[in-house]
Amino acid sequence: MSAHWRIGAACTAVLTLTLTACGGAKVGDDSSSGKTASAGTCGTFNLAVNPWVGYEADAAVVAYVAEHDLGCTVKKKDLKEEIAWQGFGTGEVDAILENWGHDDLKKKYITQQKVAAEAGQTGNKGIIGWYVPPWLAKAHPDILDWKNLDKYASKFKTSESGGKGQLLDGDPSYVTNDEALVKNLKLDFKVVYAGSETALIQAFRTAEKNKTWVIGYFYEPQWFLSEVPLKKVTLPTYKTGCDAVASKIACDYPVYDLDKVVSAKFAASGSPAYKLVKNFNWTNDDQNTVAKYIAQDKLSDDEAAKKWVDANRAKVDAWLK
Amino acid sequence: MAVAADAAGPAARVRTRITRPMAVAAIVAVWLLLFAALRGRQTLTLAAADLTSLHHWLNDVDDSIGAHRNSNPLFLYFFNEIRLVIDHLVTFVQGLISQPTGGRPVPQIGWLGVVGLTGYAAWALGNGRVALLAVAGFTFFGLQGLWQESMDTLALTLSAVLVALLIGIPIGVWAGLSDRVGGIVTPFLDFMQTLPTFVYLAPLTLFFLIGGASATITTVIYAAPPAIRITAHALRSVPRVSVEAAESMGATRTQQLLKVLLPMSKRTVVMGVNQTIMAALAMVTIAALIDAPGLGKTVVQALQSLDVGTAFNAGLAIVVMAIVLDRVTTAAAARAETARGAGPRPRAWRRPLLAAGAVAAAVLVYLSHTYVWAAEFPGDGATGHHIASAADTVTAWLQDHLSGLTNTVRDVVTDGLLNPFQTLLTDSPWWLVGTVLVALGAVLGGLRAAVTAAVCVGLLVGTGVWSDAMTTLASTAVATALVMLIGVAVGVWMGRSALVDRLVRPTLDAAQVMPPFVYLVPFLALFGATRFTAIVAAVVYAAPVAVKIIADGVRQVPESTVEAATSAGSSTWQIITKVQLPMARGALTLATNQGLIYVLSMVVVGGLVGAGALGYDVVAGFSQGELYGKGLAAGLAIVLLGVMFDRITQAAARRTRA
Repeated sequence: MSAHWRIGAACTAVLTLTLTACGGAKVGDDSSSGKTASAGTCGTFNLAVNPWVGYEADAAVVAYVAEHDLGCTVKKKDLKEEIAWQGFGTGEVDAILENWGHDDLKKKYITQQKVAAEAGQTGNKGIIGWYVPPWLAKAHPDILDWKNLDKYASKFKTSESGGKGQLLDGDPSYVTNDEALVKNLKLDFKVVYAGSETALIQAFRTAEKNKTWVIGYFYEPQWFLSEVPLKKVTLPTYKTGCDAVASKIACDYPVYDLDKVVSAKFAASGSPAYKLVKNFNWTNDDQNTVAKYIAQDKLSDDEAAKKWVDANRAKVDAWLK
Repeated sequence: MAVAADAAGPAARVRTRITRPMAVAAIVAVWLLLFAALRGRQTLTLAAADLTSLHHWLNDVDDSIGAHRNSNPLFLYFFNEIRLVIDHLVTFVQGLISQPTGGRPVPQIGWLGVVGLTGYAAWALGNGRVALLAVAGFTFFGLQGLWQESMDTLALTLSAVLVALLIGIPIGVWAGLSDRVGGIVTPFLDFMQTLPTFVYLAPLTLFFLIGGASATITTVIYAAPPAIRITAHALRSVPRVSVEAAESMGATRTQQLLKVLLPMSKRTVVMGVNQTIMAALAMVTIAALIDAPGLGKTVVQALQSLDVGTAFNAGLAIVVMAIVLDRVTTAAAARAETARGAGPRPRAWRRPLLAAGAVAAAVLVYLSHTYVWAAEFPGDGATGHHIASAADTVTAWLQDHLSGLTNTVRDVVTDGLLNPFQTLLTDSPWWLVGTVLVALGAVLGGLRAAVTAAVCVGLLVGTGVWSDAMTTLASTAVATALVMLIGVAVGVWMGRSALVDRLVRPTLDAAQVMPPFVYLVPFLALFGATRFTAIVAAVVYAAPVAVKIIADGVRQVPESTVEAATSAGSSTWQIITKVQLPMARGALTLATNQGLIYVLSMVVVGGLVGAGALGYDVVAGFSQGELYGKGLAAGLAIVLLGVMFDRITQAAARRTRA
């Protein structure tokens, strides 16, 4: 019982204290209410954000410009690729800023359901391939040619690879031909699925630090390459059509021109945000800079975008024309 | 099968105790012999990108739902109505505590109001101690710099729990009153709890769109089953005598329910609420994948750049929220129990105090509604930064100093235990493994368990992912064995000492609700992307349940029995192995059952860190359209494994109790 009394007394004390200290700004005063939404013609802009840092960098800059230069209310939606595409149909997503191929989704949503439309390239070149940690490329330079991989296969053995060399693959949503490549190039390797990008990056990070042997799937542009500059292994050169039959592929990945996709409704809306998305174009270096601000310098999306926009006003102005 | 008939026959009852381990040994011996002869034949392997006709068909179903979403009004209006109601609920709660609303730059109730209300509610429903804990915990969110994220999570959790209880308690009451309804509902509950969320996450956003409603419904699907199960269980455990007494006094069925059954099962029903909250919090990071705001998003985003510190800080907030809500509901359950027997004096004092508290809380709410200092949490979350950098330091130290040792452990377990067992399962002909499973079901669980096992094996073959299922089964079995090892060791320790229990329990709670990826990044550094990492993840998540159940079982061994053994000169070791563990046999079987189910619920997480097999299939199905059908089939395979082992272990538990 006494415990309850004490709490009661404490409550009363708090009460009197706060009542006497009741100064301070009120909610809704100008000093306290942050930025007021500037009245623009833009309205709400639903931007999908797919889960990798490069995309986050794209979205950070586009959202920043849309908010500050166009007065849009930007709603960023953190979604996996499949669900973001689905959002075109349900009207919940206006734009995807960095699309990696995905011909199946294009067929389904652009050609068949006609709910989405292409909005040009981002200017980023997507490179996919097999990478090794830099110490390994330095110690054994010949490893960067696929013909020499078999020579080192036994070094890449792990508890998961069943006696063969391990080729580590990452997130299942990423484009990969690795099983076919291993089979058709007759390599003494086994594809092991790490299952997520987190697992893949951690594997490379550990390998570089402890000088252990790892070879795996990776891609550029990617923020991690500015922490550990992985080296790409050359595969047989890509020629148009050499990847026509998935199970027969024996050549390198093509260079992907990453592109933007918008919902059909958004494209027809005449929103200034649509023009921004359509004109948005930058280089791999630009994206890497912003991605580094976010991933390594730990800036918030908005701070990172502001830093880049302030330094690259001319590029931004070109998108707004 | 001959063994099955033998063990199930009534004549065998007397000798079952002796024959059961022998029968198991015989089955295993026959299996090994046949494996040696038939290795590599009829193994039903399917490559990562290959699909069966069932998978294609499931793809087509998914596609046609997507394509006809807008042209099927009945379908659309039905789901739209549900979505609207839930969306309104979520938006309302968010407007109260987490999101700017109605032209205000801040929510209706600021941090001071929320802390005050929580403290008051904790005190009124529970006691002074949990009220202090609640106030401290909620203030901690602000110090971490995660006030708004925490409130977003709280808003979604509260909405989901509310919906789950609105649906769950009536169904639970119905299932508790009628055995037939109970029988029909149970398989659905199993399904809801073991089907991996990834399987229905994408379709759900088709029906209910991206946003609060989908996030809430995802959570409800996973969180409602405990409320239903525990409510039903509570009603069933009300003593027959009380019901009969009411009957003889001429009470109608409604009167019986309202005046006897519900009041008498109040305490257990509150425990159901508790479990529902815990389950809802476990969904926080998964819901973040479909844009649910809150702490889950912070975790997911931090891990994209492997920022363990930030992820840990947010994970810690989830843990604190879980512990606060758990202790408050537990205290509320205890009050529900004691209030029934309390004398009139405390009640007389309590009324005015409650009223005074309500006034104080109302004042705090008003202040936080009106003044900025009480609306927005002051400070810049410096504590959060300290926590993050401390977590980073610890992680870096572990990675630097333990990696040699951990590789050895991994290789010993993988080569010595996992690989041989996996080879045995995946390289045996499917019908051989199937027969072995059915025979084991018969010996351990009896005829009904054997029939269930047979049906599950048949359906597993039908899913087309048999070989992957066997790979997953091998890892699951190894993980469950480790869970039981830890469960017995720590459980006995906790069961024998109240002090140890009090010290260890918060760690167990943390392990259960901390989002797995927060500790998985260091594990990945230590063990690499391997099946072993997946096993460790499953053990971290499942061991606490086993530990808690076993500790409970050991504690329930009558004091007098232990004392008798002590006075007879038994050593501590003898008391544990000859008295406490044998007498807690029921708890051990239950712990195995729950341990297995929890391990299975981590299969998908395992797929994200190198386990491959079913977990990877599910993740891939979630990410790639053409693999959707296969992912769904893999999800069903996980459910089938779960149901099979649940039925076998439960039947075995009933036998040991009998």
